[in-house]
Amino acid sequence: MIINNAPKLKNRLTLGIDIGSTTAKVVLIDDGNVIYEKYSRHFSQVRQKTIEMVQEIEPLLRSRTFRVSISGSAGLGLADAAGIPFVQEVYATGEVIRVLEPDTSAVIELGGEDAKVIFFKGGTDERMNGTCAGGTGAFIDQMAVLLDMTVEEMDAASLQHTRLYPIASRCGVFAKTDIQPLLNQGANKADVAASIYQAVVNQTIAGLAQGRKIEGKVMFLGGPLYYCQGLRDRFRETLKLTDETALFPEYGRFAVAMGAALYGADSSITFTYETLISALVISAATVVPTSERMQPLFRSEAEYAEFVERHSKTLVETTPIESYSGKAYLGIDSGSTTTKLVLISEDCKLLYSYYSSNKGNPVQIIREQLEILLPLCGDRIKICGSAATGYGEELICHAFNVDEGLVETIAHYTAAKHFQPNVDFILDIGGQDIKCFKIRNGAIDSIMLNEACSSGCGSFIETFAKSMGYDVQTFAEKGLHAQAPVNLGSRCTVFMNSSVKQSQKDGATVEDISAGLSVSVVKNALYKVIRANSPKELGEHIVVQGGTFLNDAVLRAFEMELGAPVIRPAIAGLMGAYGAALHAMHFEESKLISYEELQNFVHKSTASTCQGCTNHCRLTINTFSSGRRFISGNQCQKMVTGKKEDLPNLHQIKRDIVSSYPTAPGKRGKLGLPLALGMFELLPLWHTIFTQLGYEVVVSKLSTRQTYEKGQFSIPSDTACYPAKIMHGHMEELLEAGCDYIFYPCLSYNIDEKQSDNHYNCPVVAYYAELLNGNMENLDQTRFLYPYLSVDNEKELSRTLFRYMSNLDPTIKLREVRKAVKAGFAAYESHMARIRAEGEQALAYARENGKRIMILAGRPYHIDPEIGHGIDKLANQLGFVVVSEDSVAHLAKSPKVKVLNQWTYHARLYRAAQYAAEHADTELVQLVSFGCGVDAITTDEVREILERSGKFYTQIKIDEITNLGAVKIRLRSLLGALEEKEGK
Amino acid sequence: MANEELNYVPFTEDMIKTHTILVPTMLPMHFKMILAYLRTYGYNLELLETNGPNIAETGLKYVHNDTCYPAILVIGQFMDAISSGKYDTDKLALVQFQTGGGCRASNYISLLRKALKKAGYGHVPVISISLQGVEKHPGFKLDIKKFRGMMYGVLYGDLLMTLVNQTRTYEVEKGAAQKLADEWTEKLGTELGAGKVSYKDVKANYQRIIDSFAQIPVVKRPAVKVGVVGEIFVKYSPLGNNNLEQFLTDEGAEVVVPGLMDFILYCVYNFILDYKLYGRNFKMYLAGKIAFKYLNGKKNDQIKMLKADGRFEAPTPFEHTATLADGYLGLGTKMGEGWLLTSEMIELIESGCRNIVCTQPFGCLPNHICGKGMMKPIKEKNPDVNIVAIDYDASSSKVNQENRLKLMLSNARANLEAELAAKEAEEKKEPLLVS
Repeated sequence: MIINNAPKLKNRLTLGIDIGSTTAKVVLIDDGNVIYEKYSRHFSQVRQKTIEMVQEIEPLLRSRTFRVSISGSAGLGLADAAGIPFVQEVYATGEVIRVLEPDTSAVIELGGEDAKVIFFKGGTDERMNGTCAGGTGAFIDQMAVLLDMTVEEMDAASLQHTRLYPIASRCGVFAKTDIQPLLNQGANKADVAASIYQAVVNQTIAGLAQGRKIEGKVMFLGGPLYYCQGLRDRFRETLKLTDETALFPEYGRFAVAMGAALYGADSSITFTYETLISALVISAATVVPTSERMQPLFRSEAEYAEFVERHSKTLVETTPIESYSGKAYLGIDSGSTTTKLVLISEDCKLLYSYYSSNKGNPVQIIREQLEILLPLCGDRIKICGSAATGYGEELICHAFNVDEGLVETIAHYTAAKHFQPNVDFILDIGGQDIKCFKIRNGAIDSIMLNEACSSGCGSFIETFAKSMGYDVQTFAEKGLHAQAPVNLGSRCTVFMNSSVKQSQKDGATVEDISAGLSVSVVKNALYKVIRANSPKELGEHIVVQGGTFLNDAVLRAFEMELGAPVIRPAIAGLMGAYGAALHAMHFEESKLISYEELQNFVHKSTASTCQGCTNHCRLTINTFSSGRRFISGNQCQKMVTGKKEDLPNLHQIKRDIVSSYPTAPGKRGKLGLPLALGMFELLPLWHTIFTQLGYEVVVSKLSTRQTYEKGQFSIPSDTACYPAKIMHGHMEELLEAGCDYIFYPCLSYNIDEKQSDNHYNCPVVAYYAELLNGNMENLDQTRFLYPYLSVDNEKELSRTLFRYMSNLDPTIKLREVRKAVKAGFAAYESHMARIRAEGEQALAYARENGKRIMILAGRPYHIDPEIGHGIDKLANQLGFVVVSEDSVAHLAKSPKVKVLNQWTYHARLYRAAQYAAEHADTELVQLVSFGCGVDAITTDEVREILERSGKFYTQIKIDEITNLGAVKIRLRSLLGALEEKEGK
Repeated sequence: MANEELNYVPFTEDMIKTHTILVPTMLPMHFKMILAYLRTYGYNLELLETNGPNIAETGLKYVHNDTCYPAILVIGQFMDAISSGKYDTDKLALVQFQTGGGCRASNYISLLRKALKKAGYGHVPVISISLQGVEKHPGFKLDIKKFRGMMYGVLYGDLLMTLVNQTRTYEVEKGAAQKLADEWTEKLGTELGAGKVSYKDVKANYQRIIDSFAQIPVVKRPAVKVGVVGEIFVKYSPLGNNNLEQFLTDEGAEVVVPGLMDFILYCVYNFILDYKLYGRNFKMYLAGKIAFKYLNGKKNDQIKMLKADGRFEAPTPFEHTATLADGYLGLGTKMGEGWLLTSEMIELIESGCRNIVCTQPFGCLPNHICGKGMMKPIKEKNPDVNIVAIDYDASSSKVNQENRLKLMLSNARANLEAELAAKEAEEKKEPLLVS
């Protein structure tokens, strides 16, 4: 191509080099003609790759003088060391678009790990994704691995989609948590692929546009947008662009490199082929590493030999299946990324085992395995019992008539106990989960599971190994003998990606990175999930298992970090299946599918939307040959069993109350109250006050996913909590309703219940109105009222509210306001009294009927169906009577806490926990919104209050995620542990 | 009230003689002077200047990982020091600065105590220093006189910081300004420590400081000006912000950082607002009014002196800063840095510094509102402003932060070039018009 409107390119030879996180691009421009371009993955060998790429164009450069400029996130160090001009990549893109397409209004560029948006019209604005946002090329790569497809196959599949699933778009790990269960439950891959692209699109809009509309002529640049047709479609459709307004130029992948060339064209530094190569070579030699290094995993060969020797002792006896006859038991573990299957003899010896990636279709894999296994058994071996566990448990049970389904934690404990009867601590690191449990007196005493945020541990290493061109085995082996492992930190995997990038820049070897990743996985487990300070806290007999521990580097890193040896059964990866098989030994006769039936096995999955209630769950219906059916995606059992739940559920009662406030006509205009954040509790107060003052009060509805999507484009800070972000949608809804006013006040202080040191709101609840006012452009269609008020004092509220309202409407009298405020507080009080009464009633019902009680504790806004995701109903299904923190807090005294007890909502949490601590039949499950800074403080306290009295502490982190798979495991584990404890 | 009994270890009078008191660093110059002053009362204070990655690492072991980064760093720094073996932990006390209010930062002290207990050092007293006077320590009472001495430390520190920033980008001999500032820190610290705290002397010192900085040989050239605002710890502490000031200076920018006194004034001013807006605490309102007038007067004296001198740019008077949030957000936003953060961004823009780095710990709650939440309206009203928000975190990599800073700097340079070109064109035109 020819660039003829850039005078500075005239009569010059310029080389632009763009080194991104995964690829390197070079462009050579001679007198405005692009004479060479090349795009290539660098597999983290940044310096070497650059030298190679320059060497390839030696014929074009030889005996000429030219200018060079480097761009890209991984190019910075290289440019500095080599003395080559550097240009920031977003800036470079801006340069090139201004020259090539001056009438562009916005650019969207997706790279390996960065996403960028540049606005040109109406004030240039350039944005890059924040540090917690992974919806980019690397994310797509990861997702393709998950689907067991190449990126090309995934793209092709996405074009055939018929529906879209909601997938969390906050970051890769979150999305993965949504996708994995979809796959395990048999969703169509084409639909999942398109949904993944949609998540990337949503992420870009929510994370980067931040309130600015993307419209006009939009250029789409970068590798993923060049290669992925399906992604282009999603963008075009979502942004409502046409072929004329959405441009995907041929040079899309090279835009940054071209920008670099443009930038470098008037540089005063010139190069020849020789000087450039020598500058690059020298730079490679003068690497000054800034990333920190750690001790090698083994200091000597002898140490390694001892390690290998020690762990070779925990073998499981095997018996060849061909020579065995008698009873046998089958265990299946359908995990998030791998499928495991074992058959054991009556004396627990291994007859057959299988371990494999589930390739996105666990049903098919189990079927294949059974087709091999059942003939092997023949008439000699009788399978007397079978059990399934793991994410895909229900699906597998239904598909193959497996005798029982087990929650994973129980399966693992059963297996670990077999190897070490005195086991008091089990740590299992699988593909997606970290599970650990302490065992006291032969019962599971506490369970810790990783939050969605820190998951992706095992599969993360695998994906990383692949991206660097190795299989996971080789990658792990390399790590074992690393000289200086890189310290990569211990947070979420997106952060690790950046740390890896940095270490690559510093010239870290594959060995060092592999070992570093292993250490990170271990630290994540120890400090983030277990939150341990010393190995003593864990226990004396520690068993580690799960596929990730098959990686010797991880095992070694764990022992080093712990400073003590642990037991890793040789079948570490099969423990779930082995435990399931052991558990199935109580069966006499198995219903398992027969070989004959297997021959005609058909599995069909179709998508549909449930019409059972207004929730409209998206269902996946799996039908099997025998007419068996398995439905997933449902938030309640109505569709499945046809029955209505009848256990008391305070979340539902509260929802019913807040959505039943009537709208009465009012002479002073229509006033909207957004039902989000603090409004969930103060609705009776404000509703009464404004109705009394003569306003027609309209309340927005309980949220759905659509509510969030409606407002997502004006969210400026994507790391704020979901309950806050969903507020934007409620505001939109009230605007659509044509409100003259919308009211959401700023409240530094909340209601004073006199149970805490102070009675603040958290900063987000307190001041979110300010953010709405600053970021929602269409609020000019109404009058947004967000006065600073106090609700802890009736007199003060009357005074300040009157001052504010009389400015708005001079006909409002102080007397009127006083009366309204008085009535408002009365309504609030009676509302709270009713919740307390309902709470007591629910408790009484539970005790009369011998039901377990669960305090599903969080904030008032956690009852919102889109925020709580129906966890309350799930708890009902599991047989719990569900109460909320505010319905039982009054029944306990404030316990002693070690922190400043200064927020009204949180003070209730402590009291609710105290109530659970005092009652044997009551459990507390704490709901925590992702990004809630305050809960970083409360969770440890709540845990302590509960554990002081020997109770389980269960925390569920919630965000946009809609799939309840992980939550279900958690609650079922709790139930399983309770049952086991009581059984003793 | 929930916690009636004393649930902390007090710092007793006996401990003054026996205990070493560790203080975390936020602003090195300020803190050195304040410590030197407090030592005259017999306290054995030591400023912790340790750094390195193991600080955050230690912090992560002892604090919930989702807690904000400053807590992880400060607690990590303490725990790192305590477990280093360097100190007799039976004769050790810690100082933690504390802001009250609805931000979770008011819980740092509880988190520190929890960490100490967890590590088996529950007996180590933690002294909280705060304007609200959250706790009582018989051996560490801050009276008006001590507050006054410390205030001078803050005022000197702010002046030195302003002068260093305005000089070092242009200095002929690299490091000259910082060297001079370090000399002054030493000298002023000793002087404050010798007990000579008369306001007349302080003002005379101001002039001497200004004169000494004016003598540093400089080459004036057009440089990009970059303002730094944000959560107080990551805004100021090199440990917290990966040496942000140094990075910007090395990139050839002139750094503008609003002083610590502004934050103190903001805290005091909030007592006044708490009464005015929420009808709370009349007593604190009166005390706040007196304190505000006094402190603000001191800040304004310094401004007056800089203005009269004319060789350096003076900071903005706080009364003015406090009006600047108007039209963006209300002064009732008082948690964390609250409205001050927004006001300071506008203050920077007004003073001609249109490139701004807004720093915050990852997931900082108040900054969702006052920082990131205000960027859109700020850009709307000031289209030529160039703001970048940088998140700091135990594991976020430096390369990521620097890449974003580089983008901001590229735009800043392009804007500066365009401005200079326009100016040049303007100057060329002018003689023509005259003739």
